[in-house]
Amino acid sequence: MKAEIRVALVGNPNTGKSTLFNLLTGLNQKVGNFPGVTVDKKTGYCNLPDGRRAEIIDLPGTYSLYPKSRDESIVFSVLADKGNQQAPDLVVVILDASNLKRNLLLYTQVADLKIPVVVALNMMDVAKKDGISIKVDSLAAKLGVPVVPISARRNEGIDELKKNISYANKFALQQDSIDVKAIAPQLVDAIGEEMQIDNPYYALQLAHQHEHLTFLSESESSRIEQLEQTYNFHSQKAQATETIARYNFINDLLYDTVKVKEAAHEENTSNRIDRILTHRVFGFLIFFGILLFIFQAIFAWSAYPMELIETLFVWMQTGVHQMLPAGPLTDLLADGVIAGLSGVLVFIPQIAILFAFIAILEDTGYMARVTFMMDKVMRKVGLNGKSVVPLIGGFACAVPSIMSTRTIENWKDRMITIMVTPLISCSARLPVYTLLIALVVPSRNVWWIFNLQGLALTAMYLLSMISAVVVAWVMKHILKARERGYFIMELPVYRMPRWNNVLLTMFDRAKTFVLEAGKVIIAVSVILWVLSSYGPGDTFQQIEKKYQEPQYGQKMKPSEIEHAIASEKLESSYAGHLGHVIEPVIKPLGFDWKIGIALITSFAAREVFVGTMATIYSVDNADEIQSVKAKMANARNPETGKPTFTLAVAFSLMMFYAFAMQCASTVAIVYRETKDWRWPAVQFLYMTVLAYGASFITYMLLK
Amino acid sequence: MKKLSQLQVGKKGVIKEFTDLEMSLKLMEMGCLPGEEIVIERVAPLGDPIAINVSGYMLSLRKQEASTIILQ
Ligand SMILES: Nc1nc2c(ncn2[C@@H]2O[C@H](COP(=O)(O)OP(=O)(O)OP(=O)(O)O)[C@@H](O)[C@H]2O)c(=O)[nH]1
Ligand SMILES: [Mg+2]
Repeated sequence: MKAEIRVALVGNPNTGKSTLFNLLTGLNQKVGNFPGVTVDKKTGYCNLPDGRRAEIIDLPGTYSLYPKSRDESIVFSVLADKGNQQAPDLVVVILDASNLKRNLLLYTQVADLKIPVVVALNMMDVAKKDGISIKVDSLAAKLGVPVVPISARRNEGIDELKKNISYANKFALQQDSIDVKAIAPQLVDAIGEEMQIDNPYYALQLAHQHEHLTFLSESESSRIEQLEQTYNFHSQKAQATETIARYNFINDLLYDTVKVKEAAHEENTSNRIDRILTHRVFGFLIFFGILLFIFQAIFAWSAYPMELIETLFVWMQTGVHQMLPAGPLTDLLADGVIAGLSGVLVFIPQIAILFAFIAILEDTGYMARVTFMMDKVMRKVGLNGKSVVPLIGGFACAVPSIMSTRTIENWKDRMITIMVTPLISCSARLPVYTLLIALVVPSRNVWWIFNLQGLALTAMYLLSMISAVVVAWVMKHILKARERGYFIMELPVYRMPRWNNVLLTMFDRAKTFVLEAGKVIIAVSVILWVLSSYGPGDTFQQIEKKYQEPQYGQKMKPSEIEHAIASEKLESSYAGHLGHVIEPVIKPLGFDWKIGIALITSFAAREVFVGTMATIYSVDNADEIQSVKAKMANARNPETGKPTFTLAVAFSLMMFYAFAMQCASTVAIVYRETKDWRWPAVQFLYMTVLAYGASFITYMLLK
Repeated sequence: MKKLSQLQVGKKGVIKEFTDLEMSLKLMEMGCLPGEEIVIERVAPLGDPIAINVSGYMLSLRKQEASTIILQ
């Protein structure tokens, strides 16, 4: 259904735009307590009290209309593209009532563009607690626009805001804030004439930003450039003049509308928490303690639910085998699809716990402190404090994390962050690691509380962080800087995590993971099953024929013959051929052709590994129904008769999965964010080389 | 001439001017204007960046950036 009015939410970062967006639209846009959570625009719909339907646009936060980073530039391009169908009819400017002065800067800029505006005064609860009293009516009168006090987190004032949106005027009624023309009088007039613009501030903005605006044609842009030369326009000086003028206006405005209680200002709760969490010694200890705790929890808390899911799937598999007539389709369903799915669905508890912890870190405001503490280290290795957010997000999934690098202002810092984020151990590697660790590392406690398997997993995560840092450091010396880097960032106050948000995020992300992984796994399972159940020409018939010869019947039991037929068939199937093709390459890493098949299928997505193992080892010994782990534990090297998955092989395999770029979605997103295929190409290459090298060394050392 | 980067933790200062135009644009947008009072709240564990309180909120910036701010 088409919307009758288009409303954009604009405001400083971390003022509650997405919280409000979710309330208005019923959607579940990501919310978090640090600046720069939203990095792209997102639309949803809302029914207004007058029966109309409004399209709501959530935007990244920005401190001014002059963008400093990729995410911020989206805001002006949405507001300014007048010819576009997407241009908003109304802007709701969200102001943080506890920090009005800085927030009003953006308001005055938006207001001067003369788009109809409604002001939502958010965080009224915080303002009240801080002893800030705001005369809302006189503020509204002075600005000439409706001002609605709300508290998005507590769902207060939202109906009033909706009313104001639906009764908002089609015309901009706001008072002028500053004398824009005075900044560059002749230029503003000249651009206005040239481009048929009657709004002086819009003309001035074009003068500042024409080089980066995609909706201007090249000739328009160069015409503006000429005018700038003619009138001797200095963009930075003009911006400085403008900002100072705006703050003068704001100071006048706030003088008799806002009162701040002076007392009790010194030690607020956030400060007291910061004293401990960013303490000189304890700061880092606490941070590493938290990380260690998370990894231990992932292992410990998930054991029971995982067992439950595993049992459920074995039961389902048995059920399918018993209920349906024996035949290739039943095998496909039971041994291909169900086994493949179980391989990943078993890990839902672990992934959900991981997502919950990351949501808590982001929701409390602690993430911003980690950024603050890590900046110096990060800078040393060519990154930026802000790289911490994508890197920690990388524990969950590299794809949204690479998008979140948009908040990093400096080009070089951002590129290096994009290049190393896929090294961080993501949740798709978790199933692979857990399975292999469970196979070769005993579940024993050392030093009372540390589980040996948990420690092994923690080591894999540590390794991923170290490798990201080292690679970043190398790239720091290769890439050339385009501009100066800086780190000027707001540290938000601590907030309690909203537990329902944490639960919802956990549920949502887990669901997406299952759906996405599920699709790939079913597809790959089917293909793999076909490839491993058929062979070229009449090889399969010949194998059957071979074992019917009397010499076998005398020497072997029927079950042994069946087993021999199955394994020989697998080896000469299409999949077997594929595995054998790459076997020479991976032999030095300790992998046989069956693992080779898993490596090939994993190139679309890592989590397919477990399903592939399930499928391959079911074809091999179809007579028993076991969990994947049991199947792999029973796997024997046909020549030596020793277990296939020794310590050396398992760790070599983990190294391969730690470094290799086995994720099509990441390649795609890196291309989208860099707009140059060379970045993903280089990334793919260096990661493959690292993977091979690390696997080789590991295998040599442990063999 | 005292720079913001030379101020001790817990001490106050009032901004007079900037030495770097480009940096000053970002700083002013964030509320660091001439005449504004600044308190150094804390220093990161490794000695850089620092966190300051300006017009009622907490801002972190590197020492290098703080050194472009001249105090009265
Ligand atoms: N106390 C209080 N907190 C709020 C209120 N509204 C939002 N928050 C919190 O403020 C933080 C930021 O909320 P978001 O909705 O992510 O803010 P945003 O403006 O979308 O932020 P960016 O996407 O980073 O620009 C979250 O921790 C919210 O829970 C409110 O009315 N009162
Ligand atoms: Mg947001």
